[in-house]
Amino acid sequence: MSEQPLKALELNAKFEASGGGLLDRRLFLKQGLIFTAATWGGVSSQTARAEVERESWAKQPGKPFSNYGLPSDYEKKVIRWIMANDDAPGNGVSWTPLHELEGIVTPNGLHFERHHNGVPAIDPERHRLLVHGLVKRPLTFSVSDLLQYPMQSRLCFIECGGNSNAGWRREPIQTQVGYFHGMASCSEWTGVPLSVVLQEVGIKGRAKWIIAEGGDASMMNISLPLDKAFDDCLLALYQNGERLRPENGYPLRLLVPGWEGVLNVKWLRRLHLAAKPVMARNETAKYTELLPSGKARQFSFVMEPKSLITHPSFGHRLDRHGLYSISGLAWSGHGIIAKVEVSADGGKSWAEAELQEPVLPQCFTRFRLPWRWQGQDVVLKSRAFDETGAVQPERSELIAKRGRHGYFHYNAIVSWAITEAGEISHVYL
Amino acid sequence: MSIFKSLLCFSLGSANMVVAEELIGPGLGLQTPPAMLTQWNRDVFPDGTGLPLGRGTAREGEAVYRANCIGCHGPEGRGGSAEELAGAEHSLTGDPPDKTIGTYWPYATTIFDFTRRSMPLPNPGSLTDDQVYAVTAYLLFLNLIIEHDDEMNARSLPAVVMPNRKGFIDSYRQADR
Repeated sequence: MSEQPLKALELNAKFEASGGGLLDRRLFLKQGLIFTAATWGGVSSQTARAEVERESWAKQPGKPFSNYGLPSDYEKKVIRWIMANDDAPGNGVSWTPLHELEGIVTPNGLHFERHHNGVPAIDPERHRLLVHGLVKRPLTFSVSDLLQYPMQSRLCFIECGGNSNAGWRREPIQTQVGYFHGMASCSEWTGVPLSVVLQEVGIKGRAKWIIAEGGDASMMNISLPLDKAFDDCLLALYQNGERLRPENGYPLRLLVPGWEGVLNVKWLRRLHLAAKPVMARNETAKYTELLPSGKARQFSFVMEPKSLITHPSFGHRLDRHGLYSISGLAWSGHGIIAKVEVSADGGKSWAEAELQEPVLPQCFTRFRLPWRWQGQDVVLKSRAFDETGAVQPERSELIAKRGRHGYFHYNAIVSWAITEAGEISHVYL
Repeated sequence: MSIFKSLLCFSLGSANMVVAEELIGPGLGLQTPPAMLTQWNRDVFPDGTGLPLGRGTAREGEAVYRANCIGCHGPEGRGGSAEELAGAEHSLTGDPPDKTIGTYWPYATTIFDFTRRSMPLPNPGSLTDDQVYAVTAYLLFLNLIIEHDDEMNARSLPAVVMPNRKGFIDSYRQADR
């Protein structure tokens, strides 16, 4: 490890934002690349390697065009990690590798999955959406019909209600951030506003809920309040510009912005308007949170504010002293992320992170903050604040409120301890 | 967003409000034949709405369970690779809590709804309505909620009062207040 010259240390003090080496979030913006390079980047004692002037791939024509592109062969480790029951391989999850990704959009092949009985191979020509129940006109829509309706696009996260549930365990789980918090992904979804189709069928006054059902082998059903359906739900047909992937509901899924993933019914085939919820298994036995009193929270739909530092995080190793750019994700089901704060001293002091544009409601928000590490033991954490005033809680606060057996809706602050050797572990503080 | 809000007024507004409602979509939905409505709608509500004709007892359901469920859920609803259905040894305030149909599920109709739509995993939809009634009865019997020979049908199933019927707090409507 190389030491930085004294000049850098003086500058470090000048731009210090809080303890543990966190620097002003505007540092890079203010000073520009030249200043930064001259101060921190240009002092390496290493010599750049340039063994050959022309590498092998520059001495012959490359591969021809491809009909559908794939990641580089050097990126093969960037995959979803699968957890399923051996007796029922279609019942389980796969996680988005958040620790390998940057920006806010999740590539379609890496969007997290939760299936109850596998991914159906639906023929879009045969798929139908039936809207019935307390309506004036029960109607059936084909996919090609829906593709002719007015559409909207929005960037939006989907997070499983059970995401981050390892946080309830007594000991902090030691695994990559994606395999702890990666049942959350963010895409641009395009589809028909649900309100347009509801207007066409004509709602009867007694209707207060919509029961949505999927067309896969498990035919999961779940109840959604009608006011949310009118507010911002989409009948999604496209994901990041292309038609939905089979594992994300092809040819049609429900998008329920900011609410727990289970409501975003994939392979959507039926919407049943009703006066009361159906009390399906997934809104009674599951996706309810048992409290210490023995009572359980039900219909706790909104995914509360959450943030986590993805770089650096467990599985990375700091192999030099000097300047780092801390990077992480924040999101809230209530709306826009108003602020993210980062601490490098275990929460004694906090510095405000830079929020990368665009900052959108119910959407992943990327935050960054420059940080100078000189080999000291530190604990990095982040906390999110949303536009409604909701704040991401400390783990102890969350457990005091909810106990340890709620399983769903874990959104506590995540802490990474970094040793002098640059090794990173997950800790509870 | 404003178009949604104005739609909300149209749709939920007073029945007396005379609004020349103009479709904002192309209006391509097709009328649904009544037979399709009956066939497709398998939602079963706590009050029994949606339950089909048919019947079954726990005595009959034991055979259905052994043939279709035991592989994943274990003998008598416990000890398999899938979730525990019966045989709780302690309560919901234990550490860890013991969540089974008997200790946790608030409505008996949910067992019928879920079993008929999703189970058994390798062959969903393969049970007859009588078999679903019978295996529902068997699960209620294993949880000591009904007797071996009690018949479950469209009338008796919604009348079953589950032990944890009052165990839930409606977070959504509570947040509204």
